Amino acid sequence: MSDEYDNNKSYQAQSSEVIDGSTGSVNPDIDYVRPAEVGEQDLYHGHSFIEKWVFCQDAKVIGVQYFLTAVFTGIVGLILSWLMRLQLGFPGLAGFMTAEHYYQFVTMHGMIMVVYFLTALFLGGFGNYLIPLMVGARDMVFPYVNMLSFWMFFVAVAVLMASFFVPGGPTGAGWTLYPPQTILEGTPGSGMGILLMLISLSLFVIGFTMGGLNYMITILQARTRGMTLMRMPLTVWGIFTATVLAMLAFPALLVSAIMMTLDKLLQTSFFMPTILKAGEVLEYGGGSPILFQHLFWFFGHPEVYIVALPAFGIVSDLISVHARKNIFGYRMMVWAIVGIGGLSFFVWAHHMYVSGMNPWFGFFFATTTLIIAVPTAMKVYNWILTLWRGNIRINTVMLWCLGFIVTFVNGGITGIFLGNVSVDVPLSDTYFVIAHFHMVMGIAPLMVIMGAVYHWFPLVAGKMLHEGLGKWHFWITFLGAYSIYFPMHYLGFIGVPRRYFEMYDSPYMTSAVGMNEFISIAAFIVGAAQFILVFNIIKTLKTGKKAEQNPWKANSLEWYTSTVPPEHGNFGERLPVVHRWPYDFSVPGAKDDFIPQTTAPSEVIHTEVEKT
Amino acid sequence: MHAGIIFLLVIIGSILFHIFTPWYWTDIASNWKGMDDTITLTFWVGGGVFVAVCLFMIYCVFKYQHKEDRRAEYKPEDKKLEKILTWATTLGVCALLAPGLIIWNQYVNVPKNAIEVDVMAWQWGWQYRLPGADGKLGTTQVRNIADNNPFGINPDDPFGKDDIMVESDVINLENNRPVKILLRSVDVLHNWYVPQFRAKMDAVPGTVTFYWFEPNKVGEYEVLCAEYCGVGHYAMRGGVEVQDKADYEVWLGEQETFEQLSARYEKLNVDGNKLAKK
Repeated sequence: MSDEYDNNKSYQAQSSEVIDGSTGSVNPDIDYVRPAEVGEQDLYHGHSFIEKWVFCQDAKVIGVQYFLTAVFTGIVGLILSWLMRLQLGFPGLAGFMTAEHYYQFVTMHGMIMVVYFLTALFLGGFGNYLIPLMVGARDMVFPYVNMLSFWMFFVAVAVLMASFFVPGGPTGAGWTLYPPQTILEGTPGSGMGILLMLISLSLFVIGFTMGGLNYMITILQARTRGMTLMRMPLTVWGIFTATVLAMLAFPALLVSAIMMTLDKLLQTSFFMPTILKAGEVLEYGGGSPILFQHLFWFFGHPEVYIVALPAFGIVSDLISVHARKNIFGYRMMVWAIVGIGGLSFFVWAHHMYVSGMNPWFGFFFATTTLIIAVPTAMKVYNWILTLWRGNIRINTVMLWCLGFIVTFVNGGITGIFLGNVSVDVPLSDTYFVIAHFHMVMGIAPLMVIMGAVYHWFPLVAGKMLHEGLGKWHFWITFLGAYSIYFPMHYLGFIGVPRRYFEMYDSPYMTSAVGMNEFISIAAFIVGAAQFILVFNIIKTLKTGKKAEQNPWKANSLEWYTSTVPPEHGNFGERLPVVHRWPYDFSVPGAKDDFIPQTTAPSEVIHTEVEKT
Repeated sequence: MHAGIIFLLVIIGSILFHIFTPWYWTDIASNWKGMDDTITLTFWVGGGVFVAVCLFMIYCVFKYQHKEDRRAEYKPEDKKLEKILTWATTLGVCALLAPGLIIWNQYVNVPKNAIEVDVMAWQWGWQYRLPGADGKLGTTQVRNIADNNPFGINPDDPFGKDDIMVESDVINLENNRPVKILLRSVDVLHNWYVPQFRAKMDAVPGTVTFYWFEPNKVGEYEVLCAEYCGVGHYAMRGGVEVQDKADYEVWLGEQETFEQLSARYEKLNVDGNKLAKK
């Protein structure tokens, strides 16, 4: 599997120590693993409540803190989406709903869900919890900076939420924040609201950079003995590549936020041309609104993959474990993740085909965008080929994975419509776009998050979530979300534009009223169904069944900690030593249908396991 | 078992929805049928892949359900299969990309005989200007905009004098004659969009953007703003009336030129001053 070892090569000459586990009857050299190059990390163990649970330096606690804070923002985003759907399905029913409010809710919903919910949850939440455990480290390499990262994120969320309470309310500029309207009157929240948004985003980027450095360096430098890069679980590959993307993409957001703040406060004209408002020529001139769009999407498109790549990685691991089969084409999966990550920096202007940029760009960006479909399709094939001839447990976790495949393929295909420049012309800025990106980067990653929660909850809390409730949660969410977004594409075909406070009253569009009511009702139900999970978690924590160690019979290191849930330091006295990839499921000749990463070759000498 | 059946019903339901949907695109009224055709092609190829992938997944769910006494196959890689899939996908992607790029090439190359229509957007409305007898639009500047000069035409520009100012948010177009829409905005981004024409482009303050189409169905159409432009975005409507050549020329003859408009305002001013003196 991996190129690191040559099958025919003798390891005898390298032998410098014998790992425990090998027996006298077999050649001990096949178990050889290079010794550690650096000593072990000193950990600061918290002494008080505050040090243990508030300003904590344990990546697992930080991960849970990130998770809970992100979920809080997600619930705010969910409530905002309810309010929007209330207006779209049943206009006039909510008396307080003005166009200003509607646009503020749209904007905050978008920004919260993309940045403060999904990004923070995948990288801050799952990244912090899983990276050290999966690569066999005791903690992140810079625990103190890691703690600061979370608290910076916390402040960013606080500033964002504060914008709901300032005069004029939060910004209603749309989550893309396109100038000039963002900072001009005529857009709700163009005073304090937009300033707080820009400040909050800047804080988020600063906090995220602290965390991101940790994730990257921990993965590159703190892997345990034997954990080669090509033996890492795909979850780690996904999070790693996403972090690299974030490190390169977020600066573009930061500079555009700073430039826009200057345009707002000091009347600079980075993005502001000569503007006539209410008969007066404003004190701006010479700036370029399209420059902002380039900067924004140079961040914004990689951002899509910052969310998608961890989801790709996690779902690969979940499918493999619950299908009891190795992930099909591991190396292809790794290179697809890296390739998608690289390509994602060359496709940004496919969000701008009708923005008024030089139309000749369209040829280039359509081509790069459709090229990215190839590695993405390979990943899909490999997921379903992993199921093929597997031994599939149809449990809650697997259901979420199957739901992910359906929604992701659906959303990926509609992406080919939008990426293909001239097809985008009639569809851009319509509900087709809304349906596409909710399917592919809303629902699909959410399916993975839910699967991951059911999968790793026994590790985090030491108790098993209730399966029956989990299945109800899945089916209502999956069927509901699918019936929200699948028909919504057809609104886009009619030509219904997005970001309309009131639906259009032309005769050919009034036919969509019934569909809008249906979509709204489905949205209320799906949103409410998420509280099944909240109930399930509370119930499980109180009375749930205690989880045995490694309940899913997985191979990766996080299930082989000294205690469950793992304590600070993760692995007790001795760090684990890794001898294989995490996907040795159903190996012919093996006693069980899984071989943990820590199992030495000499212990499974009679099996037909492939070198990894 | 149940899971597979429900997933299967979802896929069948999706196909049926697509076949029987009452919600589909409006009758096209321009030359951009190629866009519709590419969408249809993408539907066949993409929809086929979607259905195939999902059906294969459902098959696996039925066939390989967990049994304690069974083991999964152990086969980490299959180079040949991966190669076949990569090339097949690449081929499919090329087949979709090619027509997309060909039509884009038509979209960005405006025919020589296209008549120019200057569309000016503001929060929240539309205004239109047509070139006069000289066939050329006068140059403009935002700072020149005033009641008597709604487009900000440079008063010294001889090409501007005969420009036709349409005093309405409805613009008339001649059937079967290509139109080059020139887009300008005085404040924020807008987008002049008629669903039946399929085409659209943002109006960007500080620059002039364009796109073209050829209307081919006589009738009245509604214009929507398709780029978020602030709190009045949803109410920013306009209109288009596509007419046969004869009707169009009648309408054209009724419109005022920039020179006439200026004269009218001058007279208004003079009359106003006289009134004030009395």
